[in-house]
Amino acid sequence: MSNLRSLTFDAIIIGGGGSGLRAALELAKSGKKTAVLSKVFPTRSHTVSAQGGITCAIASSDPDDDWRWHMYDTVKGGDYIADQDAAEYMCSEGPKAVFELEHMGLPFSRFDNGRIYQRPFGGQSKNFGEGGQAARTCAAADRTGHALLHTLYQNNLKNNTTFLNEWYAVDLVKNSNGDVVGCIAMCIETGEVVHVKSKATVLATGGAGRIYASTTNALINTGDGIGMALRAGFPMQDMEMWQFHPTGIYGAGTLVTEGCRGEGGYLVNKDGERFMERYAPNAKDLAGRDVVARSMVMEILEGRGCGEKGDHVFLKLDHLGEEVLGKRLPGIVELSKTFAHVDPAKDPIPVVPTCHYMMGGIPTNIHGQAITQDESGNDHIINGLFACGEAACVSVHGANRLGGNSLLDLVVFGRAAGMFIEGALNEGIEYLDASESDIDAAMKRINRWNESNEGGESIPELKAELQDIMQNSFGVFREEKNMQEGVKKLADLRSRIANAHLPDKSNTFNTARVEALELDNLMEVAEATAIAALERNESRGAHSRYDYPDRDDVNWLKHSLYFPATKELKKRDVNFKPKTVDTFEPKVRTY
Amino acid sequence: MSNLQVSVYRYNPETDSAPYMQEFQVDTKGRDLMVLDVLHLMKEQDSALAFRRSCREGVCGSDGMNMNGKNGLACITPLSDVVKGNKLTLRPLPGLPVIRDMVVDMGLFYKQYERIQPYLQNDTPAPAIERLQSPEERDKLDGLYECILCACCSTSCPSFWWNPDKFVGPAGLLQSYRFLADSRDTATRERLTSLEDPFSVFRCRGIMNCVAVCPKGLNPTRAIGKIREMLLADAT
Repeated sequence: MSNLRSLTFDAIIIGGGGSGLRAALELAKSGKKTAVLSKVFPTRSHTVSAQGGITCAIASSDPDDDWRWHMYDTVKGGDYIADQDAAEYMCSEGPKAVFELEHMGLPFSRFDNGRIYQRPFGGQSKNFGEGGQAARTCAAADRTGHALLHTLYQNNLKNNTTFLNEWYAVDLVKNSNGDVVGCIAMCIETGEVVHVKSKATVLATGGAGRIYASTTNALINTGDGIGMALRAGFPMQDMEMWQFHPTGIYGAGTLVTEGCRGEGGYLVNKDGERFMERYAPNAKDLAGRDVVARSMVMEILEGRGCGEKGDHVFLKLDHLGEEVLGKRLPGIVELSKTFAHVDPAKDPIPVVPTCHYMMGGIPTNIHGQAITQDESGNDHIINGLFACGEAACVSVHGANRLGGNSLLDLVVFGRAAGMFIEGALNEGIEYLDASESDIDAAMKRINRWNESNEGGESIPELKAELQDIMQNSFGVFREEKNMQEGVKKLADLRSRIANAHLPDKSNTFNTARVEALELDNLMEVAEATAIAALERNESRGAHSRYDYPDRDDVNWLKHSLYFPATKELKKRDVNFKPKTVDTFEPKVRTY
Repeated sequence: MSNLQVSVYRYNPETDSAPYMQEFQVDTKGRDLMVLDVLHLMKEQDSALAFRRSCREGVCGSDGMNMNGKNGLACITPLSDVVKGNKLTLRPLPGLPVIRDMVVDMGLFYKQYERIQPYLQNDTPAPAIERLQSPEERDKLDGLYECILCACCSTSCPSFWWNPDKFVGPAGLLQSYRFLADSRDTATRERLTSLEDPFSVFRCRGIMNCVAVCPKGLNPTRAIGKIREMLLADAT
């Protein structure tokens, strides 16, 4: 029996990062009754940590730049399982979305002619890979994510968006037809649990890098939207595809932007050799992130790593000079001094590949509508459910995301979801109300924690164990036996988490309860990742297997689709039909 | 000896009639941890300890707090910077109501931020591409736009303690000047008019605590000085 207070909106956006705020802005302007529900004050979201920039063919650095070249790079970078209709949409709509951000006030760095500054990033080319390195990443120094997130928050204030800040979404509410009609959410400050009713529920909850022990991700990146969707029985796409960023600071895991290499920095091994010249003779340090990360691990494994343990390499920046570092990479200088105790103007930064980005997520179309698949393999729209940003898998990143494409993804598809929802609301949406039992189903999990008894294991210990399993069995290189053990350990962990104990049951700003709820989500994400990784018997993009070292286009030029109820992995077709350009056919991927 | 003695402010309104200081012994294993790492070790001892955190790298502004008497971000403050005699005292940011333990109600702080209309205003039609801005014009925003809204400055400011409802405070004024200084913003007059009263800007007494504590190395006092100059020039 539920006697919950309910809040009713036309649309609820869960997550206050870049994609959520961009979707919210569109809806706020439309006059619809919408709200952003965020577990942190919006400018504390992980978008704030993005550094190097937003990649987009605005033709500033090169007046002849073409979004089709950007699309080619994106598709190639994704090792050909990016959906080409989605990559086409992102790259062609991108300039409009970036100019909008500038008009909103985003303080981009500038060229002498007053246009937005663009820097080279990994995997960028001119003329479909034939014209050499491009410089396509629009930057606000090395604080682009901060500038972008604050600008979006400010413009939401301007447009009177309703915010439910420091509220935590617990689970989706589905009606008896399986439509998503809102969620259960908790006000963190008071502990009050409410039923949020909504015609459109947007999961903009970001990534889940905290499934790994070593990650560039914020502590809040626990895959809450992924967990909610999986518990509601919806499938996840390409969850085996996790990006390891080449340059996380050794020991601390904090990110050092690819923009460092874009500005002319490069990696060296213990012999001082610029080893990327061997692995990627043309692009060198600006090859795809998966390629650079693997090369670094190879150097380390072959005994050419740096430091006492030989377990990292160095990023050399001192030759850029203090002026360039101060102007273009001031945040990196700060981070490096704080976390590596190194002044990059003098000494190289110790770096190691570090979990950074989830290419997979909730499968959606370009309007942000969440998708599931029927028994015969046909796509179906999930009524009422949307996703955008890192939580979604549109898929523009395929098996490996290019640097600077995540910020573009989140503004383009946040905006697209907002526009689509506005149109749908104008046409009229009516779903059956949730029944008492539908609501009770969504309350199950929070009730379980609130009734948990002493004797169950501790939440931080279980979390650490989960992170170690993922780190050890599902890292940069993978192999069947090790992954099978990982899957087994996760299954065991799941039952232990189901009996874990939440000692603090108070209501006021109970962060222990939030961490308990987050642990469930980490568990869902980890298991989906593990099973998908074990079953994709090939190496593609970020998914590298010792036992299947080659790409297998005959069997695996496909998305994987993980179904939580049966824990089965199915396949879904990749879109090879862009609307205005010819298909980019799969080729051998070299840099 | 690697046991650090930490004294931390505790208050849960559901169970405590008044706030108190609780003592923790934290084994740092001799490492120069960040204060946030120490808080996590304390939370392993007592999961009820409440504090905010997110990015853990000094860019999100969640974990502003008072450490041995000085405001700063726990995640980028190494013990070696603050600990004296093996003792660390942690208190919530001063001057704001405490919700629980280290968590303060930031409502007043955000309200002052919203009051200065923290968004670009430009009444000319937007071009098809970006608005142009020279590198020199853009340089004027450096030292302003980087604010992370951690509230370390405003909550170290005696003028803000006295008049948090009327004095905008260093963080809000820094952002106010960020838009006044932006060559693309056309609302200068309206912005200045809204700040003309005796409190909004002029309650700043140049104490400069804001400058001393800003974890991003920003200088709100200088920005406030610039606003004063603009207001005075406007008045003559």
